[in-house]
Amino acid sequence: MSDDKEITPPETPETEDVSPEQAAGEKQPLSDEEKAAKVAEAKARAAAKKAAEDAEPKPPWEEKPAPPVHEDAADDPDAAALETEIPGSVMAADRYAGDVTLSVPAGRIVEICEFLKNERAYTFLVDLTAVDWLEREEGRFDVIYWMHRFDDSNRLRLRAIVADEQPIASVVEVWRTANWMEREVYDLFGIVFEGHPGLERILTWEGFNGHPLRKDFPLEGIDTGAAIYPDVYPPGGGPPPEETEESEGGAP
Amino acid sequence: MSGPEQSLFDVEEMEINFGPQHPATHGVLRVKLKLDGEKIMEAKPIIGYLHRGTEKLFETMDFPQCIPHTDRMDYVAAATNNQGFCVTMEKLLGVTIPPRAAYIRMILAELQRLASHLVWLATHAVDIGAITPFFYTFRERDAILDLFEEYCGARLTLNTMKIGGVPYELPEGWLDRCSALVDGFNAHIDEYESLLTENRIWKKRTIGIGVVSAEDAIEWGLTGPPLRGSGVKWDIRKIFPYDHYDEIDFEIPIGKNGDTYDRYRVRIEEMRQSVRILRQCIDRLPDGPHMARVPKVLRTKEEGMVYASVEAPKGELGYLIVATEKGTAPYRCRVRPPSFVNLQALPAMVEGHLVADLVAIIGTLDIVLGEIDR
Repeated sequence: MSDDKEITPPETPETEDVSPEQAAGEKQPLSDEEKAAKVAEAKARAAAKKAAEDAEPKPPWEEKPAPPVHEDAADDPDAAALETEIPGSVMAADRYAGDVTLSVPAGRIVEICEFLKNERAYTFLVDLTAVDWLEREEGRFDVIYWMHRFDDSNRLRLRAIVADEQPIASVVEVWRTANWMEREVYDLFGIVFEGHPGLERILTWEGFNGHPLRKDFPLEGIDTGAAIYPDVYPPGGGPPPEETEESEGGAP
Repeated sequence: MSGPEQSLFDVEEMEINFGPQHPATHGVLRVKLKLDGEKIMEAKPIIGYLHRGTEKLFETMDFPQCIPHTDRMDYVAAATNNQGFCVTMEKLLGVTIPPRAAYIRMILAELQRLASHLVWLATHAVDIGAITPFFYTFRERDAILDLFEEYCGARLTLNTMKIGGVPYELPEGWLDRCSALVDGFNAHIDEYESLLTENRIWKKRTIGIGVVSAEDAIEWGLTGPPLRGSGVKWDIRKIFPYDHYDEIDFEIPIGKNGDTYDRYRVRIEEMRQSVRILRQCIDRLPDGPHMARVPKVLRTKEEGMVYASVEAPKGELGYLIVATEKGTAPYRCRVRPPSFVNLQALPAMVEGHLVADLVAIIGTLDIVLGEIDR
């Protein structure tokens, strides 16, 4: 009972506040025209407010993100020069987020890189890596070359498509820095670089079975047949020693 | 290329392993050495002992989840790792960050550069035999880590940046404490220099050791202080300015001879430039939000490949992110670690030197194995 009493008092003033307004509303009910006028007025106010907001541009960090779009980059001077020097070398030219990517035939990669280094002054190889597109028809891997020119601080990306088990020529003769980068790609993707002075695994150990960055390599890893703790890893759990060579390709 | 000359005595070459568990290798680096007495005939670095498959892990995580993992690559410079990833993601998503966020990022990154160079100076000097600088540099490094701890709660693996800005506003009074540290920092650098720069032993141990010519440095793909020490004026903050480095006034220090001493001078001068950058950032820190308006779930629009890089304390740290259509995780995220590429020059740099110089040259390259092995 006492609870009820405590609750009721706040209700009373509310009803008292509301009732005069309601009474006033009852005394002078709005006609349809007046209602329409009020709605129109509110609409106009909202429109004016929106117009004012539009006129005052929002700072870019308040705006919705504007992702980059792919553009044709056939007009790029490097693409044009490369195509003139080595016809058929530029299969596609794409500009995305300000960076130019040229798709080039994998079979002529050394020729193309030599031209770019010697004639177009791309003396600095920033990065060399690969991407695995497991089911792609044109070929499974993209090998990516990312180079820098000092004169105008320009960067250029080459993309060569290679199929599974298909080797690509090494560019160590062009840029010495490609040495470890190619070893890393070989180790993690299993792409063989022909003519590399010492194509060995670099991040995983010699005898490791599989190439971890391939998309079909399980994230949780594989049994590598380590016999350090025979009670945990029983013998025969891993591949037999003669099959631990890298020639296997994909992971089980 | 012909190898170094054999000594007069016709002795058999000795092969030894330097590391992986050796205090002077700054982590688990193993160098297979072929020695003729004390002279190094051939050196072969063997890496991979700290390989954790970070790039593979990235492919299974949402974009924001990747950021804490970037901390664990170059673990003495976590903030610049975060920055590199966030800058690349912002390029991919088309996000513009508010100026206040960019300035806070620059403050954090430059503090991190100071902290990283202090670790380098301390360990490099200890390797060569000067233990005193260690006590001084770690005193200041601790003060910097205190600032980090106050800002984000962590001292080493900071996770202090977000795609679209920084996660927190600066705590009350933080800027004043940072400002006080920055004001007194040049005096501390003078202190370190008074111990080493004109020290006869230091000079004997570093001048003419591990010389790299400018052409060789470019050919080896060196970046950061090892490249600048050889006289190439190159700094990502100047050539591809990210955040708001284009508004900041600073110099790129370069060396002349490309030896260990020049690289030491370059890094010391870089610290002074960092102090200069910090001073400007603190004075000009704009008001406003610290995060851009980014969606809760970050989704890429179309298939594409984006590369962006930052000037990490060790060199150019780049991220190549391959996105799929409407993806929330990177299809592939390649990290271009500066230490990995810089270490590649080690065999050429140590050939013909003594074993004791190998320690000096590993120190001058300033490598972090967490970043090399990923």
